[in-house]
Formats: sequence, structure tokens, C-alpha cells
Amino acid sequence: MRRDNKGLSRPLALIYWTCGRNYAKQGEADFKAEPAFLRSPISTHMAATLPPPRLLPSGDSAVTVEFSRTIDDAANERVLALDKALAASPIDGITETVPTYRSLLVHYDPEKIGFDALGAEILPIASQPLPPATRARRWRIPVAYGGEHGIDLEDVAKALNTTPDDIVARHSGGDYRVAMIGFTPGWSYLSGLDKSLHMSRRQSPRLLTPAGTISIGGVQAGIQCLAAPSGWHLLGRTPVRTYQLHRTPTFLTEPGDRVTFFAIDHKSFEDLDRAAEAGEIVAEQVVA
Amino acid sequence: MSRLVVASIGPASSVQDGGRFGAQRYGLTVSGAMDRLSLAAANTLVGNAPFAAAVEIGPFGATFTARDGAVRVAIAGAPRNADVAGKPVAMDTSLTLKDGETLALGFARGGAFSYLAIEGAIKGDLVFGSLAVNARAGLGSPYPRPLQAGDEFTIDAASGAPELRIELPKPVSGPIRVLLGPQDDEFDDANKALFLDSEWKISATSDRMGYRLEGPAIKHLHGHNIVSDGTVNGSIQVPGNGSPIALMMDRGTSGGYPKIATVITADVGRLAQTSAGTAFRFKAVSMVEAQDEARKFAQLIRSLPDRLRGCDTVELNIEALSDANVAGYAVSAVDAGTWQVMAEP
Repeated sequence: MRRDNKGLSRPLALIYWTCGRNYAKQGEADFKAEPAFLRSPISTHMAATLPPPRLLPSGDSAVTVEFSRTIDDAANERVLALDKALAASPIDGITETVPTYRSLLVHYDPEKIGFDALGAEILPIASQPLPPATRARRWRIPVAYGGEHGIDLEDVAKALNTTPDDIVARHSGGDYRVAMIGFTPGWSYLSGLDKSLHMSRRQSPRLLTPAGTISIGGVQAGIQCLAAPSGWHLLGRTPVRTYQLHRTPTFLTEPGDRVTFFAIDHKSFEDLDRAAEAGEIVAEQVVA
Repeated sequence: MSRLVVASIGPASSVQDGGRFGAQRYGLTVSGAMDRLSLAAANTLVGNAPFAAAVEIGPFGATFTARDGAVRVAIAGAPRNADVAGKPVAMDTSLTLKDGETLALGFARGGAFSYLAIEGAIKGDLVFGSLAVNARAGLGSPYPRPLQAGDEFTIDAASGAPELRIELPKPVSGPIRVLLGPQDDEFDDANKALFLDSEWKISATSDRMGYRLEGPAIKHLHGHNIVSDGTVNGSIQVPGNGSPIALMMDRGTSGGYPKIATVITADVGRLAQTSAGTAFRFKAVSMVEAQDEARKFAQLIRSLPDRLRGCDTVELNIEALSDANVAGYAVSAVDAGTWQVMAEP
């Protein structure tokens, strides 16, 4: 089983180019010559300490360290910074941390540390100014848009008064960040969805949506790994498995990673899907 | 090597252990036994580590047959009728099935889940340190799904060690204790009081992912959508329809409904063992009390080996007989009225 993706760079590049040409020919897509991921990442520098987060008990063995009550990139950066800081200098008694959009859930062992003592250790770290932004890892994710793979593409285009190709261009033109992973293994919630694509979720969620679904819901975009219920709008599918047992790494994406999408045709999807099933990564990692 | 064959088994039965921790940040559900104390008690009886993999048996019955040699097992958790060839078997004891013998377990009475531990423990391929089945994610070993008739476990032949029973503390009764939060400020005082002062029942549509609670509708202050954040075993979230759901071991790692309260660690197993339709209440406790109870609960699990007793004492025989009675073979008039017998289909 192949575990590297070196051999994939060329075929992927060809597919990318082919799709780009197709879109150019149709003249409907603003296909970027320079992908959006070359733009510099958001960096936040503040000299003074930041306002402290709220410490909310999640039972007797976990605390929710809440930086914001809304979806907010700045809060998410603080979540990820605290997560990193706690990984770098572990506090005795913490067993696991779970970053989400706006809060870090810290699981701990109350036999080792109590709620108040843990809070007293976390607060000063959580109030530190953010460290200078480092270059994030970036993934280029192939997507087969529309048709059987993205059954909502046409409806989304109609709802937004435009064409399916324009929706594809706007979605694949975006520069996304993995804000959190949750719900089911590998389900990556992305911030950075173009404002013109913000739309409320479906009235009635679907009980089952396919593995690899690429979707949008509200202000968020998502990469779904396993088949699962979803109330989001399905634009396409990726052959990339963000979670695959017996592959190294088992989980592809990490909170904080950057993500861009590029269109592939449905035939390429089949080929890449087979390669992915055999254990290949099939996503391109741009910066190691 | 001996085999223990699942001759028959009801739904909601699967291999479970202490759970799969460490990858919740990737959305990996923890799973694991619904009642950790009973899992640990069963394992301790056959000399296994407390959270080794065992069979979690749902509310319906099951039968297990030893093949190719003797198999030593122990059963703990929700009480049931149990017998080997018509001879009653007590809960909370170990027993050795000879080659060809069948252990038959009836419906759970006064609970939902029982645990069958096998000496030497169930073997399989660990994923993130666990064999626990999470059917939705296709995880678990040796069978990544609920158990079916015909499944089997290959184990070392029974050691021939003397049979044991375990003396567990008297079960805690009274309300299920919770800590308010993390999003109790999404509810006004009247609705918090409604949650704490009302009688609740577990809905029959509950499963290992969550227990739906039937009772009054709890209203939110600012609507039911919050931005998804992390969940724990025992988080009680309130979706749009106002009917709370207590998240259990197969919960999603994050959720987007406000969480009014969290069941304390020491009581999660008690809630898990509250059978559908049984009325119960919640009670808010302080962080100091909750953490004190969590530490006592951990201490209790560590103390289980000290609670083992020999089976060849007179005391044991009385205990075993009395347990057999509770399981329904010779019901005394005194005991009969005190049971919560689950409706059998």
C-alpha cells in the first residue's frame, strides 16, 4: 500500500490544469492563476494581555475555556494558541484538549487537580498575547462538484441567482482555515467561506449524506469524511479521506490548517477515490 | 484455546471497554462501557484489568456457549435471570463454563446493561488504545458492530482458579446529581428550576449516543442554536423542541445545542442504568461535592480487588441464593414489590 503522495503531484497538476482550462473556456469562472493560499495568514499582534476567557464547568472532569460566544476568527486563533501552549507545557492532570470554534474543552482528572487550581493555571496562559503567526500547513483538496456528487449545487445557484459554475468558482476560490474538527471523525469545519455563499441551512436535515461530502451551511464550509446526517448544502464530493484507519496519518487535517479546493471531473474522482481507498492521501500538502 | 460462542443475543449488545480517549480533537467518539463500575466489577472477578474489553449486554437476553474447552466468565451490572443448564447463577460472581455448557441470561431487571467479562479478556485490534465498538464509525474489534448470534471470542482456556464473588457497596439511590453548566446562562431561573424540580423519564428511543428525557419542555432564553462546542459524557443539551438529551458514550465530540447541566462522573453509570419509563429527578450539587464524588468513585474502582470474596463460604451461598431469588426463581413476597421490571416485548 502506498502511503506517500509524491507520485500524485503530476496527475493532480494535470487535472487542475484541465479543469482550469474548461472553466476558462466557459468564461464563467474567475479561476485564480495564483491560488488564494499564497496570501499571508491573518496575524494578530497585541502588546497587552488579552481579556480573560470565561471558565465554564462541563461537569466535574472538564472545563470549557470560552473566548467568544460567536464564530469569530480572532477567538478561534486564541483557542488554538491556548491548545498549542498547553501541549508545549502540559499542566499535570489535563488528560485531553478539544479545540472548537470559540472555546477549548479541557478534560482533566479531578484526582490530580481541582477546578479552581486548574483555572488559576489556565487563565494567565489564555490571556497571553498571541504568538506571532507561523506558516500554517496547507492542503489542496480535489472536489468533484455537482451532479450526483453535489446534489444541491443547482439549487444553491438558483437561490443565489447565479450559475452552478459561478458557485464552484466562488467555493474553490476561497481560502479556508480548519477552525475545528468534530461531530464525526475527520469532519472539518472551515472558516473563510465567501460572504456571497452564506445561506441558512436546509429546513429539514438529510438523514444520510455521502462520505467525502463538501458542503456549506450558514457561514461555514465543511469537509465531511464519513457518511452522516447533515442539514448543510451539498456542493460536491472529495476522494480525500480526512480520517482513515490504518493510514499514516490516520487524521489528515488539524485545527489551524489552511485549505483550498480545486475542481476535478467525475472520472478523476473515481480514479482518486480508488487511490485513496488504497491508502493514498490524494490531497496535496503545500507547505510542510 | 477455548472459544466462547454467542449463541443468541439481543440488540444494543457490543464489545466495550474503558473507551477511546485522546482523539476527541479529531471528532473521534470515545464510546466505552455505559456503566463503568459494573464493567470493572465483572473484569475484577476474573482477574482482568478493570477496563478490559467485555461484552456489554443490552436490555434483552443472551446465551453464551463454551467450545473447545472451559471458559471462565463473570457477570455484573443490571440483574437478570441467569442459569447454566437450569442451575441458577448469581450476579456479581465468576463461574467456569465447561466445554459445551451454555450460560443463559434473561432480560435486564431494574437496569439496562449487564457485563460479561471473560478471563483473559476479549482480544482484538486496538484503535486508539480501545476495542470499544462505535457502530456509526465502523470502529471496534473483534466485531466493529453490535454482536450477533454466531459471533465468537477465542480465549485462553480457563485457569481453574477458584470462583469468586464481589461485594459491591449498596447502590446509591436518589436523584441523579448534576453540575449546572456550561451553558446554564442560556436559560432563565424559571426554566432551570423546571429542569431541576420536574420528574423525568428516559424515552424508549434512547441509545448509546444519547438518552432522550421525557418531561416538561425547557425554554431557551436566546434560541436553541449556539456555536458548536465540546461535549462530555453526561452533557445534558436542550434542542429546539425543549426535550433534553443526556449525551452518553457514543456522543458526538461537539454539539450545537445549549447544555443546561452535566451529570457528575459518579452518576453517569446510574443514569445509564435507569431503564426506559422509570421516573427520576435531577439534583444540582456544588463543584466541591461533584469532584469529591468523582474521587470517591475512582477510589471505589481501585478498591474492587479488595472486595473479592471466596465462593466456598456459607456466607456466599446465602448471597448466591438470594441473588438467584432476585433474578426471579423463587421470588419472596417481600422483594416482589420493590423491583422495576422492564416491560418485556
